[in-house]
Amino acid sequence: MTATATASTAVPRKPVRRGRLAVHLGCLVALLVMLYPLAWLLATSLKPADEVIASLDLLPGHLEWSNYKTALDGVNDVSIWRLLGNSLLIAGGAVVGNVISCSLAAYAFARLRFRLRGPLFAFMIATIMLPHHAVLIPQYIIFNKLGLVNTYWPLILPKFLATEAFFVFLIVQFMRGLPRELEEAARIDGCGPFRSFFQVILPLTRPALITTAIFTFIWTWNDFFTQLIYLFDPDKFTLTLALRSFVDASSQSAFGPMFAMSVIALLPIVLFFLAFQRFLVEGMASSGLKG
Amino acid sequence: MTTTDIPAPTARPPRTATLPKRRPKREREGAAWVFLSPWVLGAIVLTLLPMAVSLYLSFTDYDLFNAPHWVGLRNYTQMFTEDPRYWRSVTTTLTYVVIAVPLQLALALGVALALKNMRRGKGFYRSAFYAPSLLGASMSIALVWRAIFNDGGTVDNLLGTGGWINKPGWSLLAVALLTVWQFGAPMVIFLAGLQQIPAELYEAAAVDGAGKWRQFVSVTVPMLSPVLFFNLVLQTIQAFQVFTPAFAVSGGKGGPADSTLVYTLYLYDRGFVASHMGYASAMAWVLLIVIGVVTAVLFRTSRAWVFYASEGER
Repeated sequence: MTATATASTAVPRKPVRRGRLAVHLGCLVALLVMLYPLAWLLATSLKPADEVIASLDLLPGHLEWSNYKTALDGVNDVSIWRLLGNSLLIAGGAVVGNVISCSLAAYAFARLRFRLRGPLFAFMIATIMLPHHAVLIPQYIIFNKLGLVNTYWPLILPKFLATEAFFVFLIVQFMRGLPRELEEAARIDGCGPFRSFFQVILPLTRPALITTAIFTFIWTWNDFFTQLIYLFDPDKFTLTLALRSFVDASSQSAFGPMFAMSVIALLPIVLFFLAFQRFLVEGMASSGLKG
Repeated sequence: MTTTDIPAPTARPPRTATLPKRRPKREREGAAWVFLSPWVLGAIVLTLLPMAVSLYLSFTDYDLFNAPHWVGLRNYTQMFTEDPRYWRSVTTTLTYVVIAVPLQLALALGVALALKNMRRGKGFYRSAFYAPSLLGASMSIALVWRAIFNDGGTVDNLLGTGGWINKPGWSLLAVALLTVWQFGAPMVIFLAGLQQIPAELYEAAAVDGAGKWRQFVSVTVPMLSPVLFFNLVLQTIQAFQVFTPAFAVSGGKGGPADSTLVYTLYLYDRGFVASHMGYASAMAWVLLIVIGVVTAVLFRTSRAWVFYASEGER
């Protein structure tokens, strides 16, 4: 402690401040470059058709709100509210499924004793690394045999079976940090494992559950591959799929409406980010450290 | 960890009369399996069984409608010896991984180091740089990328290189830059790791006369190496499976001239467009094995350069 105190007083002050200013300046420039694609998206979504191709200015000459009106009409005669509802249904189902199934499995791994716990835990960790594609085709065949292709079941059901091991791991790490005395006390008061879980552990695990819920929502919302292979009917499409067919169906002149729809599709994520950024950043930070 | 193992009840006055008996071991074990049951069901039905089935299918011809027809190793021999597009997808993916992952991690580490000692605005920058990690995987941003890097797009106007999207030599770089743009997630992990390095180490190094660079090499790098390793493994595994940006940039075709035909895109094309499910299964198993080998190699080499403070010198 004393060493730094003397060291920092020995260094003349001005260069330090200048250095700090340079870092801030560098960060600001980097930030502008980083945010450019988002600014471009917002600007283009408001540009009239002739400006999109002809004009090099970032800002639109006049604001073409009708792009959004066109976007709200949707794609393939399916209104955007329907698409939004489909996306919300899938993401919402995934959130509920992940939170329930992952917290149940995590409690067993973190707190209960059972045979094969070591090997099963190792297996669970290994599935985090497992490429999705290795299981995708047979999963597709299974759902196909069950007649569930072109329904939402293949997108939601797996989440109720704790297939996203990353979240199991995240919650296990969090539960391990809770003092064991809590459950000892609960057991003395006559609580079995079920009551200890629901009344003692689960309420304390809330931050990890919120992190799980937010990440599940955003990842499911952004997901493209699974939706692409399982959903065919335009009226079952999500916003992501509709955006893609928008690209196929339209020429450059429909740029404005297409990007207006892109903005609408990103809006929930932006709102989630603004509302929960602390949980998101902390959750991401802790996932790498405790592992 | 060790303190929590001290049995609390012994410290209390004896209450054996009211204390319920410890539940029998078997009953408690049963409770564990109840909690685990969704996970166990998922692991069997949605992971292990599909893996076994796809291994079987990789030795068959299967188009989803007719019964699988056993062909032995033909899918594999065809893949390795007769299918130039397969090799194209392999080299494309490897090129992509080698460009995107180091660039992304270097940027993440650089920004984390710049933010580490910042007094004001650290939280703001951290959140702002993190935001693209959440948005970048979306179709919306992939479409923006396609437009910005297209002929007449921003990059064309700025550099005069023409659009990258339509140039076979450049299109993959545009896809890789979208990954680099999402450096926020590893950056946040780096930053958290940097903040856990005890300040005493830097103080001791400064007392011994170590300059900034020396401190970075002798304190920061070894102390951060586990986090660096974690990020490297995670980003590499994810990079091998890139799909959405390559799909969006090329309209699902992997063009121009197969230059953005990454492995998973070709797998999708074989399995779900051309209905060669057996061939696609073989591709999936090769991917699984390659990712397993790469991860194992990373773990093996990590012994030489990853330093775990709790284990002392290795």
